[in-house]
Amino acid sequence: MTAEVLLQGVASGLLMGLVYALIAAGLSLIFGLMEIVNFAHGEFLMVAMFATYWAWALWRLDPLVSLPVTVCLLFGLGVATYLGLIRWILDASMLAQIFATFGLAVFLRSAAQALWGVDFLVVRNPLVEGRVSVGGLFLGLPQLVASAGALAAFAGLHWFISRTETGLALQATAQDRQAASLMGIDTQRMFALGWGIGAACLGVAGALLATFFYVFPDVGATFALLAYVAVALGGFGNVPGTLASGVVVGLVEVLGGLLIAPALKYAAVFALYLVIVLWRPRGLFGRF
Amino acid sequence: MPARAGAVAAAALLAALLAFPLVFTLPYPRDVMIRIFLYATLAIAWNVLAGYCGQISLGHAVFFGAGAYTSTLVVQQAWLGPWANPWLGMLLGAALAALLSQVIGYPVFRLRGHYFAIATIAVGEIVQTLAINWDAVGGARGLFVPIQRPDSLVNFQFHESKQTYYYIALTLLLLALGLNHWIVRSRTGFYFRAIREDQDAAAALGIPVARYKLRAMAISAALTALGGTFYAQYVLFIDPESVLPLSLSILICLVAVLGGVGTLWGPLLGAAILVPLGEVTRVQLGGTGKALDLLIYGLLIMVVSVVQPGGLMAFLQRGLRRS
Repeated sequence: MTAEVLLQGVASGLLMGLVYALIAAGLSLIFGLMEIVNFAHGEFLMVAMFATYWAWALWRLDPLVSLPVTVCLLFGLGVATYLGLIRWILDASMLAQIFATFGLAVFLRSAAQALWGVDFLVVRNPLVEGRVSVGGLFLGLPQLVASAGALAAFAGLHWFISRTETGLALQATAQDRQAASLMGIDTQRMFALGWGIGAACLGVAGALLATFFYVFPDVGATFALLAYVAVALGGFGNVPGTLASGVVVGLVEVLGGLLIAPALKYAAVFALYLVIVLWRPRGLFGRF
Repeated sequence: MPARAGAVAAAALLAALLAFPLVFTLPYPRDVMIRIFLYATLAIAWNVLAGYCGQISLGHAVFFGAGAYTSTLVVQQAWLGPWANPWLGMLLGAALAALLSQVIGYPVFRLRGHYFAIATIAVGEIVQTLAINWDAVGGARGLFVPIQRPDSLVNFQFHESKQTYYYIALTLLLLALGLNHWIVRSRTGFYFRAIREDQDAAAALGIPVARYKLRAMAISAALTALGGTFYAQYVLFIDPESVLPLSLSILICLVAVLGGVGTLWGPLLGAAILVPLGEVTRVQLGGTGKALDLLIYGLLIMVVSVVQPGGLMAFLQRGLRRS
């Protein structure tokens, strides 16, 4: 193994890691707000990717052009999920919450299969394709755009949460539901907003991923598993922490594939997760 | 319900289950019942750890796979010479699963809540990935259990009729129910529930929390492995996709959650509803490649967790109390 190959691996791991970070950020935001792990997170991503695909297949809209629409669509899906499902199980046991979102995952996945079949679909001739060479490293242009987009979305999310009044209200709700509502914050609205934003992150990620990844009903499963790992690594509810942990997941995935065996790359990610949470039971940047 | 009436109802149920294969001689209804017993056994095993001791594992497929792979390898590789028997493999599988549960549990029990649940998913994914890439245990191609004739209890294979499989599965279920019943009334059971309700308070009262969590996991894992061996001998083919997937781990808890977590009869009730429901939707709607059966399945899971988060047992108990 040459240093060049290793460097190439680090570069592509970094790029994918930023996309993982964005996916994980949505999950972490929702968890921080109400301590619910959304097991349908991967399926939300799948919906975003299908929306992007159909925008291209029906109207020849490039993924990057239809991105704002996809984001709005996913925001709506998140809010609808909260109002239709999550609102009713806020005080239920952790198991009931796991299964409500798991049922939603099965429902969305099989709905996609029923409507659109199980074929692997691709967006052909996207606006950005090909690769660029940076100092001897070859980087896929779609991956580069995706990671830049993910980083931008992450920055926007961070700005929104920490700088706007609504964002501060979200944080207050996450810290103490009751105190927040005593301060005149409509916590129900904040919860719905949190789900909307959490899903909207996937709208961005899904649209960007669709430029270079296949679209099929099960596509979310792997991404969601990696996102759970990233969220737990970063500390549940710690949104900035997911940026670092997402990148760690991306790097370990690629380096595990390079140094151990390609077939074992996800095992490497999960093993790293176990090692880290055992060393720090609340994750790398745990907040609780 | 008074204890007397409960015992009569249980005896009547047992009699009905014993007589079932005499009335229904076709393979299909027997197969459905066998799978109800199997999933109920697995859900009871999971319930010991999650329902009573409060540790939500989403990686129980590991123990199911340990049982299935151990017995199959014992028979296929004939390591034990004349002792290469599936029943011995079943015991070895249960022992291996119990051992494995301690190796996994010792570190992972330091984690709580969602961290624990996701760690068990991670363990399950690692084990499945390793099994797929491990050629000595068949890799992704899986393993066939060598066909042995004639049908006999010693060989644990019955090709002529499912009747004996039915009674073996029923025995497994009774074993699981009996074990559960015994645990609940023992000191161990009280310790389990104390840990579930408040781990720190339990520790403060002098309960050795770590040891009892490990004990719950060992019981749960061994029982799950028995189910795994039964599956291998019943289906006669195993691969990582059928005995080690995350979806199996989730299905096991789903059965328990639907019926009622932390109750004796909940897992059986859950299996008795979920397995036939899966059959009906599969037969009526499956096979079109449209996954309509799963669509209804997902919808049902959502409805149950919203309408009756305590499972169907909570619903039944409320109804009985009212009457």
